[in-house]
Amino acid sequence: MILSVKDLKKSFGKKEVLKGIDIEVNKGDVIALLGRSGSGKTTLLRCLNFLEKADGGQMTFDGCEYDLKKIKKADMAAIRKKTAFVFQNFNLFANKTALANVTLGLTAARGIPKKQAEDIGMQMLEKVGLADHANYYPIQLSGGQQQRVAIARALATDPEIIYFDEPTSALDPELIGEVLSVIRKLAQSGMTMLIVTHEMHFAESVADHIIFMDNGEIIERGAPKEFFYAPKEERSREFIKSIKMQQEE
Amino acid sequence: MSDRIINILAEGFGKIMLASIQVTIPLTIIGFTLAMIIAIAMAMIQYAKVPVFTQFARFYIWIFRGTPLLVQLFLAYYGLPKVGIVLDSFVCAVIVFSLNEGAYCAETMRSALEAVPAGQLEAGYCVGMNYFKIMQKIVLPQAFRTAFPPLSNSLIAMLKDTSLVAEITVADMFMAAQKIVGRTYEPLWLYIEVALVYLFFSTILTILQKHFEKKLSAYNSRETVIKDAGSARGRL
Repeated sequence: MILSVKDLKKSFGKKEVLKGIDIEVNKGDVIALLGRSGSGKTTLLRCLNFLEKADGGQMTFDGCEYDLKKIKKADMAAIRKKTAFVFQNFNLFANKTALANVTLGLTAARGIPKKQAEDIGMQMLEKVGLADHANYYPIQLSGGQQQRVAIARALATDPEIIYFDEPTSALDPELIGEVLSVIRKLAQSGMTMLIVTHEMHFAESVADHIIFMDNGEIIERGAPKEFFYAPKEERSREFIKSIKMQQEE
Repeated sequence: MSDRIINILAEGFGKIMLASIQVTIPLTIIGFTLAMIIAIAMAMIQYAKVPVFTQFARFYIWIFRGTPLLVQLFLAYYGLPKVGIVLDSFVCAVIVFSLNEGAYCAETMRSALEAVPAGQLEAGYCVGMNYFKIMQKIVLPQAFRTAFPPLSNSLIAMLKDTSLVAEITVADMFMAAQKIVGRTYEPLWLYIEVALVYLFFSTILTILQKHFEKKLSAYNSRETVIKDAGSARGRL
């Protein structure tokens, strides 16, 4: 087991966004986190990487236990170095080229010599099909290309797990495919991933597990086939029905 | 124009240029460099919301933006000796200019830091960098790009404001001109001359600003790499 979280809680002001979440992630798992907007999926992901500070809960990461309420800065930094995060709106470093975006985590955070980092960086850009765009700045790339660079950046540091926060939601429809196919390839290579997504077909075909959230709670979890075709909970059924209706429109 | 005036202007030009080398240029360069150090420190303190230091920064900016530069110069040069602090006039000018300019530039830098999207900082944390590395590699370079035009403005304004130091006995360009006016009674020509010399230096700064702005905005242009790489592959 790489990651487990117990009773994770988070409120923004008086609004309770996460009401005690339990999750376990094993090596090689690809977990799709589904739910309506505002259900708490993104906040959960952000709490796992300390972009939001959880109000309470226990985390076990790579064999070490942490109290999420009192976790130290040094522990947060150590965990972040073993994880990677892909943002909805890419968040590539605007003042760095594609290659520098990929290598910065190696050189500036891990002290790897520039030359070696660039070799790794080029390999990662190759993996996402953008080696020939190494010297482009983010503004010169399309959304799909930017997100692929962001994935290369996530891969470069050889993380134990990658968190994806709606990686295709900010993309034009015709650019979604290229990003999903990169993620699909990663899934096949055994990368551990936790993916917040609204792409149901993708979730169904790529994920080993589905976690369905609503209103700050996990409502249902299970294999994609079960979840999509034989959901146990009423709220899951409603959710799936509403998506099917959207697709038919 | 008579020969007399031409001679006066020739003499004036030599003295004004000498004063520029001895006072105006060093005062501008040293003063602005110190001002930038103060500005970056004050801006970063406020950006990071360091307790107590932030209040101190706000107080400092409030005082130095809220009172006239000329009054500050007089207070430092003529006032402080009353409490036993006697400063050389040039040193006094450097200190007052760096503190005054630093207050303005601190606000420019702070707003530029705050204009860097929060996602840049978050992405930095997520690749494992610590706060200072993120500031150094990501946030400050981007903020500096945003702040560069208004900072250049401040620099040009400061160059011209150095003419105030004549009032505290510093022998700058303006004082050089005033002295010759006092002897020759030719204020029109001499003040035009000194104005043109200020204009000349400001123009140089404007040209430099344009040049560096272009360099700094490399990552903001869709065309830069294509030119550098000499190839037109990709999307463009």
